[in-house]
Amino acid sequence: MVGQAVGRWRIYSVILASVARAMLPLLLVFSLFLLWRGHNEPGGGFTGGLVAAAGFALYAMAFQPRSVRRVIRVDLRTLMGAGLLCAAAAGVIGMAQNKPFMTGVWISWQGPEGIAVEIGTPFLFDVGVYLVVFSVTLSIILSKAEER
Amino acid sequence: MEPLIAVTAIFALALLAPQTSRLLAHRAGWLLSLLPFGLFAWMASLSPAVNADPPKWNQPWVPEIGLNLAFRLDGLALLFGLLITGIGGLVLVYAGEYMKGDPRAGRLLSFLLFFMGSMLGVVLADNLILLFVFWELTSVSSFLLIGFNSDEEGSRRGAIQALVVTGGGGLALLAGLVWMGQAAQTYEISNLPSLAGHPAYAGLFALVAIGCFTKSAQFPFHFWLPNAMKAPTPVSAYLHSATMVKAGVYLLARLSPTLGGTQIWEVTLTAVGGATMVVGGGLALIQYDLKRILAYTTVAALGTLVLALGIGGEKAAGAAMAFLLAHALYKGALFLVAGAVDHGTGTRDIRALSGLARQMPITGFAALLAGLSMLGVAPMGFLAKEMAFEAALSSPLAAVQAGALSLAAVAFAWVAFVVGWRIFRGTPSQPDAHEGSPGLWLGPMVLGLLGVGLGCAPAWLEGFVGSAAANSVMPDYQGHWSLWHGFNLALGLGVGCIVLGLVGARASERAVAWGAERKAVVGCERAYDAAIAGANRLAETFTSLVQSGRLRVYLQTTIGTTLVLLAAAMLRWTPDFPNRPFDVRPHEVLLLIAMLAGVIGAAHSKSRLSAVVILGVVGFGVALTYVLLGAPDLAMTQIAVEILTVILFVLTFIHLPKFQRASTLPTRLGDAAVATVFGAAMGFLCLVASEQRYGEPVSAYFVENSYPLAHGRNIVNVILVDFRGLDTMGEITVLALAGLGVVALWSAKRSGGGASTR
Amino acid sequence: MVWLLALAIGALYAGGLYMMLRKTMVKLLIGLAMIGNAANLLIFTSSGIVRSKAPLVPKGAKTVEPPFADPLTQALILTAIVIGFAVLAFALALVRRTYEAVGSGGLEDMTEE
Repeated sequence: MVGQAVGRWRIYSVILASVARAMLPLLLVFSLFLLWRGHNEPGGGFTGGLVAAAGFALYAMAFQPRSVRRVIRVDLRTLMGAGLLCAAAAGVIGMAQNKPFMTGVWISWQGPEGIAVEIGTPFLFDVGVYLVVFSVTLSIILSKAEER
Repeated sequence: MEPLIAVTAIFALALLAPQTSRLLAHRAGWLLSLLPFGLFAWMASLSPAVNADPPKWNQPWVPEIGLNLAFRLDGLALLFGLLITGIGGLVLVYAGEYMKGDPRAGRLLSFLLFFMGSMLGVVLADNLILLFVFWELTSVSSFLLIGFNSDEEGSRRGAIQALVVTGGGGLALLAGLVWMGQAAQTYEISNLPSLAGHPAYAGLFALVAIGCFTKSAQFPFHFWLPNAMKAPTPVSAYLHSATMVKAGVYLLARLSPTLGGTQIWEVTLTAVGGATMVVGGGLALIQYDLKRILAYTTVAALGTLVLALGIGGEKAAGAAMAFLLAHALYKGALFLVAGAVDHGTGTRDIRALSGLARQMPITGFAALLAGLSMLGVAPMGFLAKEMAFEAALSSPLAAVQAGALSLAAVAFAWVAFVVGWRIFRGTPSQPDAHEGSPGLWLGPMVLGLLGVGLGCAPAWLEGFVGSAAANSVMPDYQGHWSLWHGFNLALGLGVGCIVLGLVGARASERAVAWGAERKAVVGCERAYDAAIAGANRLAETFTSLVQSGRLRVYLQTTIGTTLVLLAAAMLRWTPDFPNRPFDVRPHEVLLLIAMLAGVIGAAHSKSRLSAVVILGVVGFGVALTYVLLGAPDLAMTQIAVEILTVILFVLTFIHLPKFQRASTLPTRLGDAAVATVFGAAMGFLCLVASEQRYGEPVSAYFVENSYPLAHGRNIVNVILVDFRGLDTMGEITVLALAGLGVVALWSAKRSGGGASTR
Repeated sequence: MVWLLALAIGALYAGGLYMMLRKTMVKLLIGLAMIGNAANLLIFTSSGIVRSKAPLVPKGAKTVEPPFADPLTQALILTAIVIGFAVLAFALALVRRTYEAVGSGGLEDMTEE
């Protein structure tokens, strides 16, 4: 494939590049949205993580894989560990209240005009799932893409 | 839980040993030995309590199967515990000096400690299963120790042989112990009743006996012990004087109140012990390697102990304990002497050794002390031999037992003369021989002195541990330990054997020369070799039969088996799915047609790209199916994965092989037929399975409590992150590992071997 | 609907197996992915199928009124899909390494004689 240098990165297709650049933030926001509402509506950590990874995969195809690593900044393996840690922490929090491992703990906040926000350890767990799925999927894609 | 702490502390120290060795070099053993010596002092301080009422500890572990962390320190455990920690400490010091300058010293010390902890666990455990756990740990750690010189063929062979023989016996022992626990209704050793009259007695006794006989190198399993002499000498000294091989004797002693006192017990132990004594004693006389001589006399000594336990009764119990102690002291000393001689001269061949006393006076003195004890002249050895002869003479099988004892005593006297005296006398034959550092003569000296000293105070020894130990073997032990029993037959036999042995030792050179011409491998070992070779042949035949290495064959076997099993199950009843309404909507039919077209297209595609795109289409079809059937979560996940899969394939295409069309048309038609049959069967299975209900669905609970308990409306997500969160935890861990695996595999070459994602 | 699903599952299994029996490594992977899909669908169907009623508790209600799709199988399959992807990626990496080592994409060339 013949690429041309645009700015800092070599790109292969101008259309793909602009689509990818526009889609990445959209997909990321969408994935976070899926993660957040996952407990009550379709979505969740698995789906959210996959969508985010797909966004970056698109970006990696449009630009060079290295650019993706530059955008993410954090080592993907660190993210994997962080995800596992989140999930484990979600399990341990319940133990602090002398309940068995993995017992859900919830706090709720009653806002004005009937707005109620509930957040609990299962959400933290889902964040862990999100991080692991995202980082595993993306590191698989990137490691293959980088070989070109 | 002091015993548990003690064992754990030794294991922990084993982990620290390599670092210690790196920091302190050959002095590391001195520091490491502080722990075993401390434990020695702790156990010794408990002696009054042990004599009054043995302390017990109990901590539930898996109470459902009767497995508790139960420990007990009674007389027998105390005697063994003192030997394990005392000799263990000396051996650590010795090993550190012995391995001076060897980079593997830390490893040896670590393995020795690992073994020490396991062995201490064996003798302290008060639960049959717990005892077995430690028992197996001694097998594993002794394997590491015997095979320590892993670059030597003989060392590897010896280690594997020891592991196969003792490990095989361990299997029998496990069965025997579980059976015993079932028969006795308890796994607590201190609560075991006598099983002498139990209907299963013969069976479980046989299993336990096999375990003990293999471990304690009894005939016909004795051959592994001399082969284990390939280990570094400190290992031999430790494993074969006081510990590993005595584990079998320990267990027999421990279980005498439970299994002893029957005719089967007495006859079996007498026969096996007696045969072992004769074989071991005889073979010891014709060896020229110092360590092998000692190994065969160890075999004979173990036979003596088994025989003594077989005799039963008070006198025999006392004799067994006294001989156990005496043997541990003099044999430990002699092995360490052998190591020091090897260290100082570079050889262990007794034909090349003489006059060492001048060059190695301290070692020579220690050897003399130990030799006197082995001979049965120094107090400790004398005491033990007197008691053994007296016990044998007063039993119904006196002729056999006293006869075997006499033969062994002659052999011991003979060997004691050769090892403790002859190689140190005469004109020096090794000009370079020299005394080692204090660490190398401290151990044999201490053990040799104890062998003499302890025997001088038999009454004190009896009160300290002897009586309590014999009491564990023979409840309500009332025996009395004293040196002088008057002029009797036992004394006469003892003196006679010594004289015969010393006279016989004059023929030592001829015996050794005769032995050196004989082939090393004898009957029992040949049977072992044949068994191993047979097992290998069987494995090879079987492997070449089922492992063709061709994916096609594996697939066909798997699928064929599945189909046969499926057909067998289907024939049993008539399913009622034909009655189900054929309720189909147009868009569903369209979806199906798209998917079918995709499958056929993929099978026909000639290029990789088209096949992958079609695979994606099929995947989207599956996702749409999920949408139609109320599974939006699945649909979203499936779509995301399909996108990623296609990206993955596309990204890697240039590195992947192109399609080949190598199969012939008949092959393809045949495969298509097989695949169609399989597909039809799975479709049929789907129809049948979709209406089978064997119980209430588990999900009812999740549905009911998803919102009230878990605050979530999306039940699928609640199951994943809350109800079955632990499963998900496991899954994401697997996922992370798989991810790391892929990255490592993929980038192995790029980064020159190591995984790297930067 | 179950009839159609049975057909689809049968076709996926048959197609997957046929692909796996071919001699090319890439076809093996495609077959593997197909059989993975088929297995997921089979598990999904065997828990009983309900048209377009997701296991979501409506706002204001404490629980969802039947009939609805079984959430437990969905949870199982959801993780199976993701794990399946990882397995496929792993297999792809293996194939690629093998291809490099053997220099051929043919499965038959990999058996040692």
